[in-house]
Amino acid sequence: MPATEPVAQPGPLRWRTVEVIEAIAETPRVKSLVLRAPEWPGHRAGQHVDVRLTGEDGYQAQRSYSLASAPEAAHLAITVERVDDGEVSPYLAEEVRPGDRFELRGPIGGYFVWTVGMGGPLFLIAGGSGIAPLMAMVRHRAVTRSSAPARLIYSSRTADDIIYRGELERLAASESGLEVTHTLTRSRPPGWRGETRRIDRAMLTSAGFPPSLRPRAFVCGPTGLVETAARALLEIGHAPNLIKTERFGPTGR
Amino acid sequence: MAADDRAGTAPLDGNAVAGLLREVFACEMTVAIITCSGCGTSGPAGAIRVFGGAMGAIFRCATCDTAVLRVARTPRGVWLDLRGARSVVVPNSR
Amino acid sequence: MSDPPISRGFRRRGATDARSDRLPPGQHLVGDFPVLSAGPTPRVDLARWNFALAFDNKLLAQWTWNEFEALPQTDVTVDIHCVTSWSKFDTAWRGVAIDTLFNAAGIGEPPAPFAMIHCDGGYTTNVPIADLVGGKAMVATRYQGRPLAPEHGGPARLLAPHLYFWKSAKWARRLEFIAHDAPGFWESLGYHIYGDPWKEQRYAGD
Repeated sequence: MPATEPVAQPGPLRWRTVEVIEAIAETPRVKSLVLRAPEWPGHRAGQHVDVRLTGEDGYQAQRSYSLASAPEAAHLAITVERVDDGEVSPYLAEEVRPGDRFELRGPIGGYFVWTVGMGGPLFLIAGGSGIAPLMAMVRHRAVTRSSAPARLIYSSRTADDIIYRGELERLAASESGLEVTHTLTRSRPPGWRGETRRIDRAMLTSAGFPPSLRPRAFVCGPTGLVETAARALLEIGHAPNLIKTERFGPTGR
Repeated sequence: MAADDRAGTAPLDGNAVAGLLREVFACEMTVAIITCSGCGTSGPAGAIRVFGGAMGAIFRCATCDTAVLRVARTPRGVWLDLRGARSVVVPNSR
Repeated sequence: MSDPPISRGFRRRGATDARSDRLPPGQHLVGDFPVLSAGPTPRVDLARWNFALAFDNKLLAQWTWNEFEALPQTDVTVDIHCVTSWSKFDTAWRGVAIDTLFNAAGIGEPPAPFAMIHCDGGYTTNVPIADLVGGKAMVATRYQGRPLAPEHGGPARLLAPHLYFWKSAKWARRLEFIAHDAPGFWESLGYHIYGDPWKEQRYAGD
């Protein structure tokens, strides 16, 4: 696994077979799959992969998933939220076991990307499974011991839906310069110390970086959240070219 | 590009179509700057709203809703309509 | 190049669907009503809405919303089939049959054999006139007894359920008679010019 930044590959991508090493239950609906990908060319945080499944009758289905693993990690990781009546996500989030194989193509994406070389501060705004590509950025920042300050505002329905909760708590507690603000939109558990509403301009102001610090902002999640947050960031005064957005479907990919 | 959920007037964006565009253009297209032929607004493809769900990708200008780029994958090939774009500029990769 | 690996236990959705004799090939049944749009949902002011029949840049007939509602209404219950592979059985619609529109407009013999349907938001689709008359199609304004929701094409959409559902154009505003068949929005992007689900005419060349 290359430790340096990979060169952007020209040319078409090829499908490669990957093997599931581990399936980690993150929340009741979400699993992370750790994958062995031989000869992986490397990736940058924020990029995604296409996953292709082939059934015994030859039927194929393809979906995109963000890479949640840092570029420096030994194996790839994708995080899949089970979508009701979905065709691919129930298979990946429930059926898949270590040893299973499928095809993967990537890395894909050049716009929604952060490397430590780009500098910070790093201003991350996530809704639901939109945390996945931002987690790759958080992990990349941690493993490179970057000193760029980072603030994450993460919206989930309930506390049980918070993906990577333990890891985020450890990173925030470790004085690595990462601050995490959680907000819940559908519940208010006893003893909860985070926010309890949809991400809005006030939250982006109080829990984020001011425009004067010129943070690099990345917003990822359901379309409604992304558009509301991006609009609010502009209203607060953040420069448009410092705001990058990635819309997932209404319930995430 | 297929969305796994079927709900959906909520658009995605050019990031969702990156893999398909990479097949056709043999390079990373989310960083391509597209200029709308309707109103002249330009920006990176990754930031443009994309409609069409599982049928195809319809990139629409945020200012005037012109379809600046349309793509659909069919069994015989990928169909592309660039009439709505005044220009598409792909920066050199490193 | 080697064969792709089989993903253990993966199967296509709907592989075990019952009632498959009513399903066209490659389709699966759904219980909800998925929404798919080529653009943002248009906001329509009913006070300014009208539906028109046109040919050769000439208006043949036009109805305001109130006039349209006053036309004889037709109720149908039909199965619908989306090219993205979902089908829905027994959907109930109310609207004005194309036969009724032609009658109200005094059109005995259609001036041309094909139609291009024009819609708010710029969407278009082409349909042969023969597939619109004889009870085959209507401009629908009610779904399951309620006004058609905007995301499903309200206030009015074409309904031609014997063809793939992209032909049942949402936010329909004008039926233009055209002398030669011409590809509409999806047809010009690789979808089949006609779209018969029973012949699985999804894409150009099928």
